[in-house]
Amino acid sequence: MSILVIAEHDNAELKGATLNTIAAAKAIGGDIHVLVAGAGCGAVAESAAKVEGVSKVLLADNAAYEHQLAENVAKLVGDLGKDYGHILAPATTTGKNMLPRAGALLDVQPISDIIAVESADTFKRPIYAGNVIATVQSSDAIKVISVRATAFDAVAAEGGSAAVESVDIADDAGVSSFVGEELAESDRPELTAAKVVISGGRGMQNGENFEMLYKLADKLGAAVGASRAAVDAGFVPNDMQVGQTGKIVAPDLYIAVGISGAIQHLAGMKDSKVIVAINKDEEAPIFSVADYGLVADLFDAVPELETKL
Amino acid sequence: MKVLVAVKRVVDYNVKVRPKADGSDVDTANVKMSINPFCEIAVEEAVRLKEKGVVSEIVAVSMGPKQCQEQIRTALALGADRGILVETDEELQPLAVAKCLKAIVEKEEPQMVIMGKQSIDGDNNQTGQMLGALTGMAQGTFASEVVVEDGSVKVTREIDGGLQTVELKLPAVVTTDLRLNEPRYASLPNIMKAKKKPLDTSTPADLGVDIAPRTKTLKVEPPAERQAGVKVADVAELVEKLKNEAKVI
Repeated sequence: MSILVIAEHDNAELKGATLNTIAAAKAIGGDIHVLVAGAGCGAVAESAAKVEGVSKVLLADNAAYEHQLAENVAKLVGDLGKDYGHILAPATTTGKNMLPRAGALLDVQPISDIIAVESADTFKRPIYAGNVIATVQSSDAIKVISVRATAFDAVAAEGGSAAVESVDIADDAGVSSFVGEELAESDRPELTAAKVVISGGRGMQNGENFEMLYKLADKLGAAVGASRAAVDAGFVPNDMQVGQTGKIVAPDLYIAVGISGAIQHLAGMKDSKVIVAINKDEEAPIFSVADYGLVADLFDAVPELETKL
Repeated sequence: MKVLVAVKRVVDYNVKVRPKADGSDVDTANVKMSINPFCEIAVEEAVRLKEKGVVSEIVAVSMGPKQCQEQIRTALALGADRGILVETDEELQPLAVAKCLKAIVEKEEPQMVIMGKQSIDGDNNQTGQMLGALTGMAQGTFASEVVVEDGSVKVTREIDGGLQTVELKLPAVVTTDLRLNEPRYASLPNIMKAKKKPLDTSTPADLGVDIAPRTKTLKVEPPAERQAGVKVADVAELVEKLKNEAKVI
């Protein structure tokens, strides 16, 4: 049976999480088809066709799919998915919104947020905020799975030459419509895709002090994140939150500044390759996961770090 | 309008759970159980809509063992009007929960179902979306703002890049994210009053729902522990280590 991977994109470009999801599909094994559902998204389908390991791209180009409304895309995935053994999507907010809806239409119990493929029907996934890893086996005929992108190394974006096939299904459930979007604009890399992430916690004291982190980030080509404590305190917007209830990141280098290290934060960053913690409280739990800990006042250490780099 | 709120009984968020020694399941013996935090936000949102005069009745529903009554009583103490318990000692997976909820929705005909985006035990983040699929209702997941209008609801959703607003025809399913509201504490008089509010009990069989599990947990284990590294003396040593030892900058 073939595997259907749902592409993450913004109608202009294919998002990186798709490449990690295709990697999970390769680990399962089988023909990999990619569904690009959107509007005016032909270029995305072209990119998907070039991805290593993809044998076919299905392009559903219709106004009903422009904003990835779950009601419409899930219906499409439910219709197309009947012929597949596995349906995979990245465990992004888009994937998590749509995929369970498609699963229910197929009368399948989906498996969320997998971090490892044990076999074609058995997967590992974190539960209890990552405090426990469960190995789960599905008995459904179709496996509907969301994939935690950071747990799989992306496949190459080039090297494939799949055919693009148009899908002539326009599923508009007619119950929802897109009103608007407020996307955070930044020249820095996206949190979940960045090689280096610098996060600030309650120790930053206010939003203005994050300026220090932005300056350091610009020097390192890093993204800037925050702990839930910093978000709840109103220092920075929620889309910067790293943790179980925010974004899960696994960069090459993670620098935690003024973050104590609550379980819920650790769950979002502990798979980073190298972790640096800067905190003046030497008892802070963050030091128990840090490769390099610096017990220091962040207001001295961060500017000094910036000048020494 | 009538609102249905789903609440789940979970291990309290302050408890650090551990796998049992034989790795068969998570050890939940003698641990404190509470209402799932996201569900509490759902109850609070329904109560606020009632206080605004938008909602006339709030029905709180929970599923699982008899003890789930405690979580329904919590919801009643926070302001829900009556409760429904779908009682079973069998494992309930999200698809089964969504099917039971669908049966209740057909009977109660609420204009809106508000529920948490996920429970903090299974972390599945599925049930609301699945209820939407089974009933044909629109869904507003990960809500940070809910504005009810005539025949529709505008839901602002927390998405990876920021916020997205969608308009849904009623009836609709809304799932809550953390920043939708801050739940109140139940007052003692309200806790006492909640004991007298009606609570009906049924079973999945009464609702005609097959709850047979579709997935099996083969084992549970703790995640790979990360070893604590070294403390560096100063920024210069940190930079040196990052450059020469870790080679990440």
